[in-house]
Amino acid sequence: MLDLIQQIVSGVALGCVYGLIALGFVLIYKATEIVNFAQGDLMMLGGFFAFTFIAIVGLNYWIGFGMAIIAMAAVAMLAERVLIRPILGNPQFSIVMATIGLGYFTRSIAGMVWGTDDLKFQTPFSSGVLRIGDLVLAHDKLSVIVATIILCIALYLFFNRTKLGTAMRATSENMLAAYYMGIPVKRVVAMVWAISAAVATCAGVLLAPITFVHSNVGLALGLKAFPAAVLGGFGSIPGAVVGGIVIGVIESLAGFYLPEGWKDAAPHIVLLTVLMVRPEGLFGVYLAKKV
Amino acid sequence: MRFIFKTDYDQDIDLAPHTGYFWSYGLLTAALVAAPFVFGNYFISQLVFVFIYAIVGVGLMILAGYTGLASLGHAAFLAIGAYTAAVAQKYGVPFPVYFLLAGLLAGLLGVLVGFPALRLQGIYLVIATISMGLLVEEILARWESVTNGNEGLRVKTAQVFGLEMTRDGVGFYFFCLAVLIAVLLMAMNLLRSATGRAFVAIRDSETAARSLGVDVASHKVKAFAISAAITGLAGCIFAHKMSFISPEMFTLTLSIEFIMMILIGGAGSLHGAIFGAIFVVMVDPFLTLLKDDMPGLLASAARLVGVGADNAALLQETLARWASAAGLKGAIYGAVIMLFILFEPHGIYGRWLKVKLFFNLFPLYKQATFVRQKTYMKSERGR
Repeated sequence: MLDLIQQIVSGVALGCVYGLIALGFVLIYKATEIVNFAQGDLMMLGGFFAFTFIAIVGLNYWIGFGMAIIAMAAVAMLAERVLIRPILGNPQFSIVMATIGLGYFTRSIAGMVWGTDDLKFQTPFSSGVLRIGDLVLAHDKLSVIVATIILCIALYLFFNRTKLGTAMRATSENMLAAYYMGIPVKRVVAMVWAISAAVATCAGVLLAPITFVHSNVGLALGLKAFPAAVLGGFGSIPGAVVGGIVIGVIESLAGFYLPEGWKDAAPHIVLLTVLMVRPEGLFGVYLAKKV
Repeated sequence: MRFIFKTDYDQDIDLAPHTGYFWSYGLLTAALVAAPFVFGNYFISQLVFVFIYAIVGVGLMILAGYTGLASLGHAAFLAIGAYTAAVAQKYGVPFPVYFLLAGLLAGLLGVLVGFPALRLQGIYLVIATISMGLLVEEILARWESVTNGNEGLRVKTAQVFGLEMTRDGVGFYFFCLAVLIAVLLMAMNLLRSATGRAFVAIRDSETAARSLGVDVASHKVKAFAISAAITGLAGCIFAHKMSFISPEMFTLTLSIEFIMMILIGGAGSLHGAIFGAIFVVMVDPFLTLLKDDMPGLLASAARLVGVGADNAALLQETLARWASAAGLKGAIYGAVIMLFILFEPHGIYGRWLKVKLFFNLFPLYKQATFVRQKTYMKSERGR
C-alpha cells in the first residue's frame, strides 16, 4: 500500500512537469491555433539560460531564475516575430513543421554552445526530503508540485481578472473580432508566446536538479507532454495540468507494476485510447462546423 | 511558348500533356540506366538511397500532399516493411513473396491506423501518428523472440530467381529504379483516377467533398493503406540496402525527415517527393564536404585576398571547429525547414515551376502570379 502511495506521489510530481509543458502548448494553441512543437526545447533553453546565469555568471538562484525567465520571454517573442507571424494564415501543418524546425535548430545550437554533457547547478531544492509518516518526497520534486499550483492560480487570476488576460481570451475566441474591438492582436499574440516561454522556463529550471540540463531533455519531455495536453483537451488550462498529472501517475505506476518497456509506452497507449474514445479530451468542448 | 489545344475532356488527365514529356523523361530514364556504368560505387549507392527515400516520399505524398492527412509516424510503416523482410527471410520465404508481403503488412497497419484517424483532425492526427510510431518502435524493441530486440536483425543478400542481388551491385540499383518507376506510374494513374481526385477534394475541403458525394471515410482509409503499403515496399528495399536493421533506425527523427522531404520538395506534387529525396540524401555528403574542404578553401581564399598567414590559419581552425560541431546537421535541418516554410512554401518544385514560367513568359513574368493567399478567417479548430 505504501509503495502504491509513494508511486502515486512521485507520479504526481512527474505529471506536474508534463503539465507545465502542456500548459505552454495550451496557451499558444488557445490564442493562435498553433501547436508549438518547440515547447520542450524552449524549456531546455530556459534551463541552459538559468545554468549560465547561476553557475557561470554566479548570480543568486532566484535572480538567475528571474533573468532566465525574462531572457526566454524575449527569445520566444523574437521567434514569434521572425518565424511565426509571417506564416500565420498558412495551412496549420506548415506552421507545425516550422515549429519542429525551430525545435531542431534550438536543440542543435544549444548543443553546440553549451556542449552535450549533463550540466547541473546549485539550487535550494537540490537536497533534502520531506517526510510525512513513511512517505518520502524529495524537495526538488516538491518544488515542482508547489510551483505548478502557484502558476496555475497565477494564470487563472491573470486570465480572468486582468485587462490583458481578457484581451488574450478575446483573441483566442476570434482574432478578427478582437482586432475590430481595438485589441492589438499582434502584440497580444507575442505576449502569449512570452508567457508560454516563461512557464516553460519555470519547468526547465525546476527540473534541472532532477533530469539535469541537457540539449535532448526538451524533446523527450515534450513528447510526453502531448498526451497530457490531448488528454486535457488541448484548449483547457486546468485540463493540461490534470492531464499531465494523470499521465505522470500512469507512467509511474506502469514503471513500477508492469514489465520493462510499458513505462514509456503507457502514456501513448492512453493517448491513442483517448483520441479514439473521446477526441475532444476530458475538458475540451467539441465544436462542429456549421456551414 | 507552347499552347496545348484541347479537343477532348480526357486530355485534362493525360499522363503526358504533350510530346515534350516523352523526350525529357525518356532522357532522364536513359541517364539513370546508364549511370551505374559511368559513375563509381559511392555515387550509385547514394542514388539507391535517393530511390528508397523517393519511394517513401511518393507514398507519403499521396497521404500528406494529396489527401491532406499529415503523418509523423511513417518510420513505423518503413519498419514494418523492413522487419517483415528480415523475419520472412529467416524462414526461407523467397524474395518476391516477402517483398509483396512487406507492402501488404504495412498496408494492413495503415488500415488499422486509418480507421481511428477518421475521427481526428489536423493536429490530433499528427499527434496520434507520432504515438503510433513510438509504440511500433517500442514493440520492435521488446518483442525479442521475433525482432531480436535492440540487438537488431541481419538481412542477407536477396535471391531473385536464383540470382544474387548484392546490396552494392548493379542489379540492386536497377531493381530500386524499377520499383520507383512502377510506384511513380501507379501513383500518377491513381491520382488521375476518381479515387485520386476524391483525395484532392478531401484535402481542399472535406465538407465540399462530402456534399459532392465523396465517401470521405473510405477514401481516407484508402489513402492511409496505399501510403503505408508503398512505404512498406520501401522498407523491404531499405532493409536489404542497410543489411542490418534495429529499432533505433526507425525513430521519430526519421519520420520528421520524411515529412521534411515532402515540404522541402514541394507538397502536392510527385516531383516534390523526388526533389525532397535528393535533398535529404545529399545533406550528408554536403556536410562532409563542409567539414573537409570548406575551411581550407576559405582560408586559401582569404590568403589570396591578402589576409596574413596567421589570421588565415586562425580562420581555418575556427571554421573547422564550427563545421565539425556535433549538432550541425540538426541546425541545418532546422534552419532549412524554417527558411523553406517562410520563403518558399511550395518547395523546390515550386521554385522550379517559377523558373520555368519565367523563361516561358519572358519578359512578362510577374511575381504577383505566385503571391500566397492567406486565410485568417478559416479556423481548423471546429471543422
